[in-house]
Amino acid sequence: MKDQLQQPRDLDGNPVTPGLPMAMLAEVTHRCPLACPYCSNPVELVRAGSELSADDWGRVFREAADLGVLQVHISGGEPGARRDLAQIVAHARDAGLYVNLITSGIGITRDRLEELDRAGVDHVQLSLQGIRPDMADRISGHPGSWDKKMGFADWVTEIGFPLTINAVVHRQNMERLPDMLELAERLGARRIEVATVQFHGWADLNRGALMPTREQAAFARQVVNEGRIRLRGRMVIDYVPADHHAVFPKACMGGWGSTGLNVGPDGTVLPCHAAQSIGWMRFENVKERSLSDIWHLSDSFNAFRGTAWMPEPCASCERKTIDFGGCRCQAMALAGDARATDPVCSKSPLHAQVVARAEGDAAAETTEFVYRRMKKGG
Amino acid sequence: MTPLIQPQDVPYLPRGVRLQGDHVRGIRVLQAPERAMQLDQIGEAILTELDGARSMAAIVAELAVRYNAPEDQIAGDVRDFLTGLIERRMVFVKDIT
Repeated sequence: MKDQLQQPRDLDGNPVTPGLPMAMLAEVTHRCPLACPYCSNPVELVRAGSELSADDWGRVFREAADLGVLQVHISGGEPGARRDLAQIVAHARDAGLYVNLITSGIGITRDRLEELDRAGVDHVQLSLQGIRPDMADRISGHPGSWDKKMGFADWVTEIGFPLTINAVVHRQNMERLPDMLELAERLGARRIEVATVQFHGWADLNRGALMPTREQAAFARQVVNEGRIRLRGRMVIDYVPADHHAVFPKACMGGWGSTGLNVGPDGTVLPCHAAQSIGWMRFENVKERSLSDIWHLSDSFNAFRGTAWMPEPCASCERKTIDFGGCRCQAMALAGDARATDPVCSKSPLHAQVVARAEGDAAAETTEFVYRRMKKGG
Repeated sequence: MTPLIQPQDVPYLPRGVRLQGDHVRGIRVLQAPERAMQLDQIGEAILTELDGARSMAAIVAELAVRYNAPEDQIAGDVRDFLTGLIERRMVFVKDIT
């Protein structure tokens, strides 16, 4: 499709009406001391030499704020791997954005955390890979990570930041979810995000070691429901369930190109962090075009806006404006077609096949991981 | 909805939660960890009163006078609104002890 100078159109040429984004994920680096086998970064990682400068980020943040973005999630990789992180944070606050820092807690000293406080971080989200040193260190592939994380969590609360614990759950740790809630409460977290591994990119390479069983998914749901009642007013639980075991797909990103965008380390702008798994799609870069033009006019952001592009069974489904056909990247991965109904939906013709494959993976004996690493050289 | 705040309690916006103008949309929002909530005029009027010193009862009395409305009705609205935000950890209640 030619560039969209006047009327934004979806991939079939139907007119669409872009809304305004609320949130931006800024992946300021792909460098990370951890090697989690479900990392949400793409399998092809961006190297340090291609990263945007802090001043580039400043411009992107100002463009984002002008476009309607209210919150930025500064993430990575490990954002602390950037020496100039405080400068990046300060630029985001100067642009008027609310700054969430999403970190592994590894590689940020107490002094640096105080510097980030002065720079204007509003909220810290800390990832945990397990509830004990052995599990946390094995999953993150980083000996000593647990002790460093516990120290970091103490600094966060001593300085006074609001704390969110981010717990990624999968077959090898799901039974420990009750302990994870208890730990988050003990650390003084206001929120915990319990996110089941999403099987894109690195996680897809580790399906056999990570896919939860149907029983585990049901158990996690029950723990979350009971926890929400017990912890009402004390700690919020946000939950991303295991969608391979669901009846309907998740409303990925609240709809493609509707409320959020993701800017990668080198300035590539994506409708979601996994969008590069849609191999034929071309993505634009803030070095070449304004964020506003990319949001409103690019083929990539407009491709799946609205509902006119949807095939059956989505097109005639009463849920099409609730879950928007599910996840485009998952449709690409499981159906080989980014516009297909998300195959985790019970209405998809591929559903039975997807469930059978998930159950096969869940029954796999392996616990070995393919760790997330940058390729050597370059 | 069981209330999470009593009339004598002192509600406040904790660190990491702030009122902000959204100049692009022309609205007021409450910014909090990973959440931005659009406020209507009533919500904004209530939250603007939260100074970390006055109790909910004092705030209700103030709003009843200002909007010339029955205190009972205002009390219910304020209690429910704040309870919803306390559930989301966007409003805290001061520990008097």
